Amino acid sequence: MAGILVYALHDDEGNFNKNSLGALSEAAKLAGELGTEAAAVVVGDVADDKVAALGNYGVAKAYRAKGVPEGLAQPIVDVMAKVMGDNGFSYALFGGGLLGFEIGAGLAARLGGGVTMEVTNVKVDGGKLVSERPILQDSEIADVAFVSEPGIIIGRLNAFDVKESGGSAAIEDVEVELSEWSTKAELVTRGEQRGADVDIEAADVLIGGGRGLGEAEGFKACEELADAFENGAVAATRAVVDAGWYPYAAQIGQTGKTVAPKLYLAVGVSGAIQHKVGMQNSENIVAINKDANAPIFEFSDLGIVGDLNKIMPKLTEALKARG
Amino acid sequence: MKICVLVKEVPDAAVQKRIDPSTKRLDRSGENNLNPFDTHAIEAAMQLKEGGALQVDEVVAVTMGPGSAARALQKAVALGADRSVHLTDDALAGSDVAATGLALAKVLESESPDLVLLGQQSDDGECYTIGAVVAEHLKMPSLTQVVKMDVDGGRIRCERQAEYGYDTVALSLPAVISVGDAINEPRYPSLKAIMGAKKKPLDTKSAGDVGIDAGQVGEPGSKTAVLALNPPPQKEAGEIIEDEDTAETVEKIVAWLEERKLI
Repeated sequence: MAGILVYALHDDEGNFNKNSLGALSEAAKLAGELGTEAAAVVVGDVADDKVAALGNYGVAKAYRAKGVPEGLAQPIVDVMAKVMGDNGFSYALFGGGLLGFEIGAGLAARLGGGVTMEVTNVKVDGGKLVSERPILQDSEIADVAFVSEPGIIIGRLNAFDVKESGGSAAIEDVEVELSEWSTKAELVTRGEQRGADVDIEAADVLIGGGRGLGEAEGFKACEELADAFENGAVAATRAVVDAGWYPYAAQIGQTGKTVAPKLYLAVGVSGAIQHKVGMQNSENIVAINKDANAPIFEFSDLGIVGDLNKIMPKLTEALKARG
Repeated sequence: MKICVLVKEVPDAAVQKRIDPSTKRLDRSGENNLNPFDTHAIEAAMQLKEGGALQVDEVVAVTMGPGSAARALQKAVALGADRSVHLTDDALAGSDVAATGLALAKVLESESPDLVLLGQQSDDGECYTIGAVVAEHLKMPSLTQVVKMDVDGGRIRCERQAEYGYDTVALSLPAVISVGDAINEPRYPSLKAIMGAKKKPLDTKSAGDVGIDAGQVGEPGSKTAVLALNPPPQKEAGEIIEDEDTAETVEKIVAWLEERKLI
């Protein structure tokens, strides 16, 4: 067969990642158009019922490598290369996320295939898959074809919608011998949470703080502004979370959460793609930034070019005065 | 031990980037900057060298690109690299990620590094992926988007954010590590370092010098082809307020929010 193999990422309890389920749904749809099949690959000792339930997203089969650990890319490259080689898969598809990028790139190098990344849509053209990839800060969309097979497609976060179709996947356990270099990295701890546990997904209004706040203290002003709204909370970009200014639980974007509040008010956020993918579906986007060329203004409904240190306290005051 | 840092010349952030419609490749004229993400990789190498937990004998900056890319190497050397290697060949033009990764792996092989460092992405192509491709060809363990590195015995202990929170991963050397921009605050080069940069050794190598078969790189070696470029779906441009009188600006924001029943 000339099918599509999809990596299904899961947490330590065997719960699958939403972007992986989106990729499964997309692969099932594309396989239908190509007249072939989509299958999932799972590593680690995930329970039968959980693996079989992947069939609900349109895949007839799931390959499981019980002895291979989840969480590092290179052992998974070994698994996918073997499954693709043994079963003649033509494509591999990944949902958004850091591991997908690493596995996809490594797999392309291993198999001598082509790789497309940050893909927002996949279409079938002449019996082959073509990737749509935004480039140059999303100012153009490139249609990218594979010159030869296999082709590896790495999606952008939230590019593929989850679609439940019902059904159960047949499980095939596979034994894979790891490459020598795949055993040279050790996952010491996984998924450590740092900082306070804040809930940003339930808020109607989010104040998103970025590096433009200048220092960790800047988040106090964000919290005060959030308090001035009825159901407001504070969110953050990856850069400021990595810098230790705000807890990880509040992070939005590629490696953080995806939100769609009624109002997203970005302060000192440049609007890099990695952040944009996590908040672009907000109903209303307002941005305050001193750089008139910041990309965030390209997808804001209201943009204010100015000094956030001057504007934010006055805005908070004005909103509180309304009562 | 030897650390190789992969660097890249990218268009200046202030220059409007464009695609050459005839070749569908990025128009690279007017490029003159060291990829800002790479300065974090050089700084990480310098901190390992100065930290003393590893005996680092040499930091080598390595790039692939046209003649002008030598300027990126000079900047890398001004930031502390001891010498540099420039892989340049007409045969390499038009290489996609797979072909570029292969070529870089070949030039790195000729240096036999104990550690390869690079920035997590380039300012132009936003690829993220080159580190993983290079590592696969070099048969080395690798990790990307690392925000903290510590020497732990003979291994490098790395931290990064993955899908479920922070992961800590220990890598045996040799290894390929791509670093995020939160890992450090790159130093500014001293005037003396800038002046001295031109005196440090720069090796220029052709594809053939490092054993690259011309059929494996450039357009013939690329596994992807750009069929077309299309404009993205247009989003209606938002309203912009220039803050001149803050009291007035705030009034306008409040009115805008009221209109949409957000307050």
